[in-house]
Amino acid sequence: MYVIIVGAGKVGRNLGRELIGKGHEVTLIEADRRRYLSVEDEFEHAVQYGDATELWVLERAGIQRADMVIAVTGDDEDNMLVCQVAKEKYLCERIIARVNNPRNHDHFRLLGIQPAVSATDLILRLIEHEVPRYGLVHLLALEEERLEIIELEVSADAPVVGVSVSEIKLPDGSLIISVLREGSGFVPKADTVIEAGDEVLLVLDPGLEESITAYFAPNGAGRVQG
Amino acid sequence: MFILIVGAGRVGAAIAKSALSGGHTVSVLDEDPLSHERLDAGQGRSWEDGDGLFTVGTGLEIDALLQAGIERADVFIASTDGDNTNLIIAQIAMKRFGVAKVLARVMDPARASWYRQQGLNTISPTEHAISMFERELDLEHA
Repeated sequence: MYVIIVGAGKVGRNLGRELIGKGHEVTLIEADRRRYLSVEDEFEHAVQYGDATELWVLERAGIQRADMVIAVTGDDEDNMLVCQVAKEKYLCERIIARVNNPRNHDHFRLLGIQPAVSATDLILRLIEHEVPRYGLVHLLALEEERLEIIELEVSADAPVVGVSVSEIKLPDGSLIISVLREGSGFVPKADTVIEAGDEVLLVLDPGLEESITAYFAPNGAGRVQG
Repeated sequence: MFILIVGAGRVGAAIAKSALSGGHTVSVLDEDPLSHERLDAGQGRSWEDGDGLFTVGTGLEIDALLQAGIERADVFIASTDGDNTNLIIAQIAMKRFGVAKVLARVMDPARASWYRQQGLNTISPTEHAISMFERELDLEHA
């Protein structure tokens, strides 16, 4: 596929290298002359000098035939603008934006720019994964579909311990999709019995986290230190 | 009317002053506290003494927008020195806060024109400069 990457800083440059390595066609666009010159040696014709928020610069890079536009500059307004124009003016079907300041996440959403990726959020999610509060980890939020996938560690005092999946009466809008036990995962059947220490993956309607936690880890996770 | 102006540069400050003397309620938001001086200049009294409002912050910060009174605003003017900033914050004013009249200054004629087609009220000083030069040189019908 043909990918336009806006911003040839650390993120853009490394993405470009990886994508080219996977056989994709890539054009990097960099507005800073010095940075452009420093990446030109490596990327040659695959990097162009210019401000990608100028429409003619995007057109020169061939946005009309781009399969994907990735905006990873250090400026959130620029990233939003490039993605909005790519999506709405040039009808590019896939866009990805970098969020520099997590407080701007709402703005990306407001303008329909999804996915918007923030390094801060990713690291926070990793921290949450390593040190979960209440034993619950958000794995994935499918915002358009209004669904969430979460992971819970079953505590020893949980009501579900020793109960088979078919007998656990979970609230409507929730479903156990997988159980991780002793290092391997499986899809539970009706007669699978939940054990303490299992890690359970559930798909949920948003807002059900708290009621679900009561089934699997009623007193929060024992290993959490606040 | 309640007019909220983001960006107190030459253009923003001048509009703020004329709107205030026109009897409107005017609130100015700028990230640079010193931009306040441009609002005081030539008025013979401070901006606040004339009942002008001033908030330090950027147009991307929801707290700053709320503090500057965006929920009461009838008019929102984006006049920072960044085209992309103006285009984004103008859309926030329209789509998130439902401000009735939103104006954005956009130097680049191409961006100004495309966003105008999308329903955003953009004003491009560059477009005006180009057509004034063309008129002076009699190039319009060339």
